[in-house]
Amino acid sequence: MSLRKFISNKTIAALAVIVTAFASTSAFAQEAAAAKPVDMGPVYKSVIFYTMAFLLLCLFIAIIGKALKVYELTREAQDKPKGINWDTVNGVLFALFLIVGLYGVYWEYTVHGNMILPEAASEHGKKIDQMFNITLIITTIVFILTHIVLFAFAYVYRYTGKRKAYYYPHNNALERLWTIIPAVVLTVLVLMGFLTWRSIFYKIPDPNNKPLSIEITSSQFAWAIRYAGADGVVGVKNYKLITSENALGIDFKDKNTLDDQLAEEMVIPVNKPVRLILTSKDVLHSFYMPHFRVQLNTVPGMTSYFEFTPTITTEEMKTKTNDPKFEYLFLCAKICGEGHYKMQRKVRVVSQQEYDTWVAQLPTYLTDDLRKQFNMPVTAAPATAPADTAAKDTSAVKTNQIALKK
Amino acid sequence: MSTISLHDTHNHDSHDDHGHHKETFLTKYIFSQDHKMIAKQFLITGIIMAVIAMGLSILFRLQLAWPDKSFPILETFLGKWAEGGRIKPDFYLALVTIHGTIMVFFVLTAGLSGTFSNLLIPLQLGARDMASPFLNMLSYWFFFTACVIMMGSFFIQTGPASAGWTVYPPLSALPTAISGSGLGMTMWLISMVLFVASSLMGGINYVSTVLNMRTKGMDLWKMPLTIWAFFLTAILGILSFPVLVAGVVLLIFDRSFGTSFYLSDIVMGTQVLPNEGGSPILWQHLFWFLGHPEVYIVIMPALGISSEVISVNSRKPIFGYHAMIYSLIGITILSFIVWGHHMFVTGMNPLLGGVFMITTLIIAVPSAVKTFNYLATLWRGNIKFTPAMLFAIGLVSFFISGGLTGIFLGNASLDINLHDTYFVVAHFHLVMGSAAIFGMLAGVYHWFPKMFGRMMSSKLGYLHFWLTFIAAYLVFFPLHFLGLDGVPRRYYAFTEFEFMQKWLTVNVFVTWAAIFGALAQVAFLWNFFYSIFRGKKAPQNPWGANTLEWTTPVEHLHGNWPGEIPTVYRWPYDYSKPGAEEDFIPQTVPFSQTMSSNMPHDFEGDVESERIQREWEANNKAADDTEKLD
Repeated sequence: MSLRKFISNKTIAALAVIVTAFASTSAFAQEAAAAKPVDMGPVYKSVIFYTMAFLLLCLFIAIIGKALKVYELTREAQDKPKGINWDTVNGVLFALFLIVGLYGVYWEYTVHGNMILPEAASEHGKKIDQMFNITLIITTIVFILTHIVLFAFAYVYRYTGKRKAYYYPHNNALERLWTIIPAVVLTVLVLMGFLTWRSIFYKIPDPNNKPLSIEITSSQFAWAIRYAGADGVVGVKNYKLITSENALGIDFKDKNTLDDQLAEEMVIPVNKPVRLILTSKDVLHSFYMPHFRVQLNTVPGMTSYFEFTPTITTEEMKTKTNDPKFEYLFLCAKICGEGHYKMQRKVRVVSQQEYDTWVAQLPTYLTDDLRKQFNMPVTAAPATAPADTAAKDTSAVKTNQIALKK
Repeated sequence: MSTISLHDTHNHDSHDDHGHHKETFLTKYIFSQDHKMIAKQFLITGIIMAVIAMGLSILFRLQLAWPDKSFPILETFLGKWAEGGRIKPDFYLALVTIHGTIMVFFVLTAGLSGTFSNLLIPLQLGARDMASPFLNMLSYWFFFTACVIMMGSFFIQTGPASAGWTVYPPLSALPTAISGSGLGMTMWLISMVLFVASSLMGGINYVSTVLNMRTKGMDLWKMPLTIWAFFLTAILGILSFPVLVAGVVLLIFDRSFGTSFYLSDIVMGTQVLPNEGGSPILWQHLFWFLGHPEVYIVIMPALGISSEVISVNSRKPIFGYHAMIYSLIGITILSFIVWGHHMFVTGMNPLLGGVFMITTLIIAVPSAVKTFNYLATLWRGNIKFTPAMLFAIGLVSFFISGGLTGIFLGNASLDINLHDTYFVVAHFHLVMGSAAIFGMLAGVYHWFPKMFGRMMSSKLGYLHFWLTFIAAYLVFFPLHFLGLDGVPRRYYAFTEFEFMQKWLTVNVFVTWAAIFGALAQVAFLWNFFYSIFRGKKAPQNPWGANTLEWTTPVEHLHGNWPGEIPTVYRWPYDYSKPGAEEDFIPQTVPFSQTMSSNMPHDFEGDVESERIQREWEANNKAADDTEKLD
């Protein structure tokens, strides 16, 4: 109906002109191609080309629509039954969609499913993965079954005109059944989730295995990693003290700050708990370590904590994932501005021994420049600076430059 | 009550005497107070906004698929936002933000509720108009102004708001943090206040109309599920939207008057800001106190529409009518106490995380009941695949697919690693994006004859459905796996990370699928606008439906029914009732006219009616027997 009018009115003339133009252009192009190879690159890049192609497609669909209409009208005029039973067509399409869709889901699970994160590299991450797998199995079963039912019903009970639908307004037993079963399954999932959640956030401290404290400070668009130094305590900082030299606003009146160290990458010993102290300097960011199943937002004005224990070293993970270039990392997962997509730092999980050597040569945060600024003696106390002064100074300057770049 | 009865009289007058009804173009099409016209205004504005928001999504999908390619056409249209034919990072974020805002608020809240609540509440309940037609008109014009202001932010120097549709401060509060947080953000906030005002005026109207203006015989338990859904949605909106305004006002204070509700201890570069004592988490609580009910505000009308459409086109009563209503009520109540599941990893006290996890997974139960009831309705039906029915079935499919991934995200432990990744994007685009849009499209195809008095082309409808249905799955299904690989959302490009390189080809595929899906909408737009003017004239009751709206004349008139408003005798789902001549019995048919198909429970314990029915059956049986003997 609508299409017939469409064909007969003036728009068709306009379309015809466009198509002719398009056809002649391509004819010319072919002619030219026959003479010498023409670079079609610019043509494929032009918007006009795609607009034309789309209009041509529309015209094609309109013609098909018109043909269908003519066919149906002819059938009607000849008093024959309807040519195309659209209920059957759609019913069959649903059945096809089910089959192709199921294959698609299988393909997705096996192909893209293999591209996801490797096994969790932390203790609590294993629990999370286990829960994930249980949830995945349950939901996949429900997903597949309900879709089979949905599309099979659509196919089987499509309109035929030969029968009447079954008047079936309710069945209390059935309704109770499918209220209670999901409720029970969900209760199980909730309980498991609840216990896992508690075990992650309410850790019972083990006096023999004290966690390593690392402070993370996020800012637009960089991370600062501060180690506690020899005393194991991350010193106090105050945002009001932030200057271009003292980018974190460390308060040097607190003795604990004197041996704090700034690192370029996060290096952590395997099987030792790490306590992250998460802070933000400007806007919200999210500290996200996907491989360790660790994520917590960093909030200005509020310190948050996440404790986890890495269980697989970077080297082990390289063999496990069969990827010699594999590296752990952490990144920003909360929209924080135009550089959001770049915020990352490398993480290395190493043996305790490697860690000890690495951490020993880390420069302290407190540099000579800062000492001058805070009227502290410039010659460093030997206890806080194990490395030689010259080397320390250059690397400290470098750190500061990086801090400034933020 | 007095105003309502007065209004009713007025309408009666005008119908008895058509000559006095003079309408100018301005009062009929622009400042109309007729609920049907306001519904159309909402719908067409909603469609335009949807097309714009879809266009924005194609823009950022282009960036994601081809981060290194230059598209000179973009520079032509976007100017400095796409210098050298490449979208800039801050504009990318603006696109994402405005796409989300428009889709959630302007399309799926106003476009969906505004259209169908306005159209169907008076028509399906048997009312002449809304309780307050003037408020109804204002509701549209506030909405329209909100749309204009939101779109206006594209034409200012600093660009539109770009802190994500959730506009978390401090990013949204500090113009130095991102350029979109300048004037663009102010416009976003003003637009939102107007939008909420519009939504409240609409909601109050819907609730008062449903409660006060039902026709004779239309008790609450005879209302179609559509009305139940709109009614509960309106209540949700009335109770939750004001909280957003409260949050927005505080944010305006923080931005413009130097208060510190959300800001504390902030240093931009080396500039120490004076704000102290605020908390960004407060915004999140206020925002999600609306934000979570909001997703149900979006999905419940869609579920209501699909209940109606599935029942009509399966030619079967909806399975478990009461269970459907109780599920809706359950969802309504529970949706107020689950907002914290958006905040599991914000640093909120972990104790709260545990509590919100429990409430969140409970809400899955009524959702599951609804799904199973849909399936049971299809069982042994006689399914007519009208385009509306196809979209309703599509909705059920999306509701299942997207709902199931909600079980992952509602689990606080699993959310740690899934939060703010593409898994979330995939989840809500299926369960609330695609499902709600499909509900809306089902409604458009189903009630188009009622709105415009003409039919849409069903063949173009089929084409539209199949292309959109396939495209939506192709776009959103693979995104789950990006999330499972730890790819965060709102990333301008995947080029900076080694591990994301492998997803670049998937991004290209998804973008093509999105373009393909967007082009499929041309089939709808053509069909919709062409049919308004040139479609085949609609018959009185094109789908053979029971509800009251199909008893009104095809040609609209102010006041809906020419004479008296019909009385309702039965529930709206008597399809294929055994013993009945036709496969549907409209609500206006009294039981006395359908003696052959009445069932004992139809009389709800009315002894007299039951006696009459028994008598009739006995007589009839005797008559039958004599016939057989003859």
